[in-house]
Amino acid sequence: MSSVPAQGYLILALILFCIGLFGALTKRNTIIVLISIELMLNAVNLNLVAFSKYGINPNMTGQVFSLFSITIAAAEAAVGIAILLSLYRNRRTVHIDEMDTLKH
Amino acid sequence: MNGEIIAFALLSAASVLGALAMLYVSKVVHMLLSLVLTFFSLAGIYVLLSAEFVAVVQVLIYSGAVSIMMIFGIMLTKHKDQENRPPNIKRSLITGAGIIVFFAAVYGAIRKVPFGEQTPNLHEANTEQIGIKIFSYYVIPFEVVSVVLLAALVGAILLARKEGDDQS
Repeated sequence: MSSVPAQGYLILALILFCIGLFGALTKRNTIIVLISIELMLNAVNLNLVAFSKYGINPNMTGQVFSLFSITIAAAEAAVGIAILLSLYRNRRTVHIDEMDTLKH
Repeated sequence: MNGEIIAFALLSAASVLGALAMLYVSKVVHMLLSLVLTFFSLAGIYVLLSAEFVAVVQVLIYSGAVSIMMIFGIMLTKHKDQENRPPNIKRSLITGAGIIVFFAAVYGAIRKVPFGEQTPNLHEANTEQIGIKIFSYYVIPFEVVSVVLLAALVGAILLARKEGDDQS
């Protein structure tokens, strides 16, 4: 009985989520912010898959749910990049602290 | 020490290393490539969790499609390529403190999570089980996801199109 404890997976997912959150809140480049959000979604997927194996009632549903979540994350990345390109065309910047038209 | 623990240690170290490199590398493309390392090692961890199909989807979608799309985003926008301005130290400190509090709270919760017995049959014909589950219990969400993808496709094309094309 020396397999990896299930807490290990959850803690790995927690670490990745925290790094992604830190990157999303402090980075200035919008593309890096978007990819940090993808990292956070990935950590959540890891939680789903871990619970599908080690949860109270382990079954396939967690993996199916993570597949749906990956699909939505890909759609979100596509729309995010499109918004970024259109914003770049209008404002000539990718830095997130220069995108402040709503403040003025 | 059996193989599973060694594999888990290597893969999780690689994924955390990739994510940390994302925070400390200065060039944008290098940040993206280090996150590709994270995505690949997460695919390996899915294999450890007996989710082979999800691992393959992870490699295809994240390491393939999403990162290529982000590289196109970097290519199509002009960068000074380095972050010249020094990072905002005060803001980083406040954010880091908040995230450490969050980490401690969730870590305390994780230690109390009850876990059940693991099923032995999750890895047998993994893809077949997922297919049966999707097409017998989750048919309507599956179809709704296709509508969402269509909407995202049309929206992305509309947003990224050059302005002035619609005056034809």
